[in-house]
Amino acid sequence: MKPAEPVHGFAVLLPYRLVPTRMSVRISPLSAAIICFCAIMAVSTAWAQTTPTMLSPLQIILKWSPLLLRGFAFNILISLLAMLLGTVAGLGLGLALLSEFRPLASVSWLVTQFFRNAPWLVLLFFVMFLVPFQITIFKTTIPLPDWVKATVGFALPVMANVAEVVRGAVRSVPSTQWEAAESLSFTRRQMMWLIILPQCIKRMLPPWMNIYALVAMATVLASIVGVSEMLTLTAQVHAAEGGRPELFAPLYGFALLCFFLYCYPINLWTARLERRFRIR
Amino acid sequence: MQAIGNWFQHLYETTGLNFSVFYDAYDWDRYLNGLKMTLFLSVTTIVLSLIIGAAGALMQGSPSRLLRLAVNAFVVVFRNTPPLVQIFFFYFGLGTMLPAVEAAGMRVPLLSNVQWAIISLSLFAAAFNVEIFRSGIEAVPSTTIEAAEALGYTRLKAYTHIVLPLAIRVCLPALNNNLVNLLKTTTLAYAIAVPETLYAVKQIWSESQNVFEMMILLLATYGILVGVLVWLMHRWERAMRIPGYGR
Repeated sequence: MKPAEPVHGFAVLLPYRLVPTRMSVRISPLSAAIICFCAIMAVSTAWAQTTPTMLSPLQIILKWSPLLLRGFAFNILISLLAMLLGTVAGLGLGLALLSEFRPLASVSWLVTQFFRNAPWLVLLFFVMFLVPFQITIFKTTIPLPDWVKATVGFALPVMANVAEVVRGAVRSVPSTQWEAAESLSFTRRQMMWLIILPQCIKRMLPPWMNIYALVAMATVLASIVGVSEMLTLTAQVHAAEGGRPELFAPLYGFALLCFFLYCYPINLWTARLERRFRIR
Repeated sequence: MQAIGNWFQHLYETTGLNFSVFYDAYDWDRYLNGLKMTLFLSVTTIVLSLIIGAAGALMQGSPSRLLRLAVNAFVVVFRNTPPLVQIFFFYFGLGTMLPAVEAAGMRVPLLSNVQWAIISLSLFAAAFNVEIFRSGIEAVPSTTIEAAEALGYTRLKAYTHIVLPLAIRVCLPALNNNLVNLLKTTTLAYAIAVPETLYAVKQIWSESQNVFEMMILLLATYGILVGVLVWLMHRWERAMRIPGYGR
């Protein structure tokens, strides 16, 4: 531990920096999660007083895991598409936020605040209920299945969050960069695309990945509005196995484990990039 | 009140925009109860998550390795799993394992859906709060804590009187974000049939057939709630500002 150098003017407080928790202890989080999961299994199995004809929770999960994992893959697909859509839209919105044309900047500020502050589930309902199930453009009817609508519903908050990230990253580029570009007689568009944005990519990456982890976790909300993703399938599997109440914990525990194994590495990687790209 | 009702009734008759909550006493009642439930959920989860978060941050700095490991595992697991699955896991998974109790001749679960929603949402937000508080505590230099120790403070007293007040002041912006997020996450209680705003509004729109109008009302409601919370937090931030620090 180095003593803090007095670069900041604070006498009592060091600069605030949000550091994600990491499991620095010898037991790895992966094995910890698996141990927890097995403990839940063991408890529920013991509690279940299984008769010989009934399968144990572990057997049931093994039996249904292809279906459940396919549901999980669908979740990931939705999250990737929503992220793609949201990033493209968010980049546009973020640049509009930085626009020098006042009305455009304020309108996009309003849009950003609106989509950032509305709950994800409410936005999802918004898109699910108010977007028609098919649209007709030039006499061709394009059906919109519910998962496509859900993807759009997730892309909206992503858009607003990405816009904020873009704005923050562009603002964090030293103004000397703008001045240098200006003195080399770049136009504003050239400055943005050739000088400023390439410098921002590094800074945008960690928060962007954070947003992705959030989207991946939010995709389960689609089960509330009837998209048959992992959580819906979990409930169906539970019903198919006779709706025994002791199966809830292992089945939802399995869903938790899947998401944990997917999101935790992303989180760790984000933290590593954050440390590497930290602006000194 | 009557005038507002009449105006919205008039709006319905002239434009077809059916804001039934404003003139139908029954719908208004449901909406109001939903709003109350959302406020109740938000306030209790905010308070509980702050308490758990502060306790967790204290435990993260404890000398016991086992305690640190437990808190770290808690934070890592709750941060990286979807809150909805957590709610389902708690409500369906653990809720059915708990013994039922006899109440008024009926067997009811030990903890109701509202209580499970409060527990799981608080734990979810607390995992983030632990990180936020921990980072705030790390911003307090060890010399300050040493000075407190030299004045005869115990570890707990130094934490509550010196470290935490300073830590809260530096981590307020991050905390602000998380609490807004928590307020938005209370909508997930809808999934286990807690009658909060989203639930009430959904009931109204499925009976009165006014999805669009209710959706506008719903978004406006959450917009206002978040606005009020942000305003309160900013006021708190200003009131807690250490003179001579920051801008």
